[in-house]
Amino acid sequence: MPSMYQQFQQAILPVLPEFVVIIVALTVLIFDFFVEKKQKAALGWYSLAGIMVAAYASTKLMNASGTFFEGTFLLDPFSTFFKFVFYIVCGLGILLSINYLKVEDIHRGEYYALMLFATTGMMMMASAGDLITLYLGLELMALSVYILAGFKRRDNRSNEAAIKYLVLGAFSSGIMLYGMSLLYGLSGTTNLAGILAFLHKTDLTNPILFLSMIMLIVSFGFKVAAAPFHMWVPDVYEGAPTSVTAFMSAGPKVAGFAVLLRVFLYALEPLQANSTAIIAGLAVLTMAVGNIVALSQTNIKRMLAYSSIAHAGYALVGLAAGGPEGAASVMLYVCIYAFMNMGAFGVVIMLRKAGERGEEITDFAGLGKTNKTAAFLMLIFMFSLTGIPLFAGFMGKFYIFKAAVQAGLLWLAVVGVIFSAISAYFYLRVIMVMYMKEPKGSIELQTSPSLALALAISVTAVIVIGVYPTDLLNFARASISGIL
Amino acid sequence: MLELKLHQLEYPLLSLMIFIPVLGAFLLLFIRNAAFVRLIALAFSIIELGLCMPLLMSFDSSTPHMQFGESIPWIEAWNINYRLGVDGISILFVALTTLLTVISIMVSWTAIQDRVREFMIAMLFLEAAIVGVFVSLDLFLFYVFWEAMLIPMYLLIGIWGGPNRLYAAVKFFLYTLVGSVLMLVAIIAVYFAAGHTFDVLAIMNYKFDRTFQLWAFAAFFAAFAVKVPMFPVHTWLPDAHVEAPTAGSIILAGILIKMGAYGFLRFSLPFFPDATIAWTPAIMALSVIAIIYGAYMAFAQTDFKKLIAYSSVSHMGFVTLGIFALNLQGMEGGILQMLNHGVSTGALFLAVGVIYERTHTRLIADYGGIAAKVPVYAAFLLIVTLSSIGLPGMNGFIGEFTILLGAFLHYKPYAVIASLGIILGAGYMLWLYQRIAFGKITNPHNEHLADMNTREVIAALPLVALVFFIGLYPNAAFGVMHASVANLLQQVNAKMQAAPAIAQTLNGILPH
Repeated sequence: MPSMYQQFQQAILPVLPEFVVIIVALTVLIFDFFVEKKQKAALGWYSLAGIMVAAYASTKLMNASGTFFEGTFLLDPFSTFFKFVFYIVCGLGILLSINYLKVEDIHRGEYYALMLFATTGMMMMASAGDLITLYLGLELMALSVYILAGFKRRDNRSNEAAIKYLVLGAFSSGIMLYGMSLLYGLSGTTNLAGILAFLHKTDLTNPILFLSMIMLIVSFGFKVAAAPFHMWVPDVYEGAPTSVTAFMSAGPKVAGFAVLLRVFLYALEPLQANSTAIIAGLAVLTMAVGNIVALSQTNIKRMLAYSSIAHAGYALVGLAAGGPEGAASVMLYVCIYAFMNMGAFGVVIMLRKAGERGEEITDFAGLGKTNKTAAFLMLIFMFSLTGIPLFAGFMGKFYIFKAAVQAGLLWLAVVGVIFSAISAYFYLRVIMVMYMKEPKGSIELQTSPSLALALAISVTAVIVIGVYPTDLLNFARASISGIL
Repeated sequence: MLELKLHQLEYPLLSLMIFIPVLGAFLLLFIRNAAFVRLIALAFSIIELGLCMPLLMSFDSSTPHMQFGESIPWIEAWNINYRLGVDGISILFVALTTLLTVISIMVSWTAIQDRVREFMIAMLFLEAAIVGVFVSLDLFLFYVFWEAMLIPMYLLIGIWGGPNRLYAAVKFFLYTLVGSVLMLVAIIAVYFAAGHTFDVLAIMNYKFDRTFQLWAFAAFFAAFAVKVPMFPVHTWLPDAHVEAPTAGSIILAGILIKMGAYGFLRFSLPFFPDATIAWTPAIMALSVIAIIYGAYMAFAQTDFKKLIAYSSVSHMGFVTLGIFALNLQGMEGGILQMLNHGVSTGALFLAVGVIYERTHTRLIADYGGIAAKVPVYAAFLLIVTLSSIGLPGMNGFIGEFTILLGAFLHYKPYAVIASLGIILGAGYMLWLYQRIAFGKITNPHNEHLADMNTREVIAALPLVALVFFIGLYPNAAFGVMHASVANLLQQVNAKMQAAPAIAQTLNGILPH
């Protein structure tokens, strides 16, 4: 008979990373009472330290694998891979926020707590072995991000963003629950492994089954901002504080793909014949809407919003390809995407200072002359988002299209590369404005050590992965091999 | 079957040639003084040119095998290797690249005053990427260099270009990118069809089925035809040439557009021989259209640079005509003509740059009668004009003559029409020269025109020397490429049913 302590230890160990993040989030709320308004940055660094402790815990669990809490929680390399991406997203998000919150005068401790709660939600989603855990994680993430989007309380656009996100998000959650309940009604279980076992022995042509699958696609499509469920994205991205935009353009999207991979390539794998066609269609539509609408944007946050829609489209191509290669390509892609997209937002944040929004693309005019480092970083992020070699974005896209060709979806790969070429136009425009237009006046950038650190990390990752992706690639492939 | 000869030298020569310019660019990041930046950039480009010495000296021209080979695993999960090597075809372009880069840096000495450091960094990166394109023997690696090259070129046109540079830069980028991404999908398809390999030499030995070949050839064609540029996807070229700074124009005309034709030779022909034969009539027709159309358009131009740009379209038509004649004469003529065009057009753009720096106008009508004021310049311009026309004794003649010979063997009507292009070429070039150099000075600004200075003469001399060297002793170039071209033709012809024998009677005339 194991002692109480041992029982506790065994129960807590698999969820240790989540546990750490939650504890840090709660203590942030407590410490917030004792920290002077001017010293709130300390909470940010404390949260960052917490994330690093959680990451350390995850490295210890790297090769662990198992099912816990009656099958509701899975600890496997797949979820661990995604947890690392979430640590990166959360860590970069915190670094981007510290100075920005001061400039916006919204520096409050809850901000970091909410970011940590959202991260916990994402981690739960990646580890979910059951529809209920999945939903819980998703709501924990979504509710925290709704509040973050409206964090600029006195700003109408921020309020609008929060309300819009909340209403549409609640709607999509409703659809998801409907889909889940149908699935539960048919299979009698909410456990993903149980659903898989059920599908193996049932009639797959059941229209109810099809309906529930559609509902799941719709609601997950909302979370990853796939067209035609993307309508909330531009307004929410534009209205939310920029640091939050950076965080939610990466975090919830990556978490959404973690769930999509787990549900569609694992639990609903027998339905793949149906789901592939729908997902491929969504991918085409998403790439088309994202890339084409982005062409006409004048606000950099809206442009990056549409660009993030487009990138969800590329990742959906990988999902449509399916199989271990398709899944690994999505994992590599979302990781790379997190780095390059948050880096780009980091440069946007630099342009924000008291009294000036710095969100129009024309605000970047002449940056190549007035601030060479910032302009050069933006140039790298833009080329990487376009998918030009030597930068990580190319490796990500290459793997996605390679997986698509391997899965026999040659046409989808062709459509993808064409849209990728179209996207060059709007990314190049930012470079053009920075380097080929005269500055309108001297631009004072809002730099800080935390922001500089975030940018240094992202740009290093973008170049290192772009030149030598082998390690990350092998990590992604090894992580997927356990479940597919 | 071609082999990759490893460890030919004690040091990795080709890697050095890729990374020395990168190292130079990196050093420049820490230098602020513009004069010093220019010197360092020139020094690195000269070191790079110097590396051509061991390359050409140790090159064994008697074998078609890939030499100076290097092979290191890069991304093992995808079976991608960092694999380099040169043969008799690519070595010529590597040499041309290093030479033209030195010249480009020299002509930018005073012309570029704004953001000198960034300009030189872009130039050195461009050189590294172009050398990489010519020496890659792994399709993935090749694609990386092929695309990476777009970044510095885009910046060169967009930042240091003329008034309409933004439009030209984006047009250049998008045209080439659209073509390239289609090739990327084909590269992936080839990878799977050939058994999960990007190794160029292995793929050359693989026999793809005919339908696959036709599609894959078309996708590669999309990338290469835009680059050449072939009619009707040539429209980016006049814009890019006109707006680019002189150095950019020299690199563009001299090397960059050769990459397309090189792509045909290195990849399309040996990978997809059946498709090559199937597509040949269409490509020959497009080539002839390009020859005539380019020449016709050149007549109508009022802008010095635009005229040369259209003449490039015409000349590159000759190149593709020669390559797709699919015989020894045509192909060797085509490759030589690529070199010739690099030298002659590079020199022509240099000439434009020299005069533009003084007058800030490229309109032909703004000149006239300058021969009396600037005799050295007029002489230089005359030499390159005549070389571009193809006067016997100069480089252009050998190339065009052998191409027509090759084309005549297989496609008589095309050869006949193409030879009209030579006449037209003589027409617009001589007329250009006449309007610029002869007659009375009509523009008072030209009264006090300064002649070429020492730096400009030094930059121009190697090109003039090459004009005569290739013109008088073409065997130097033919000898280097011969084994490789013969092997390439054998690869293609092995698949050709009833391949027409190359006429022995003409072999006597040809300089082999």
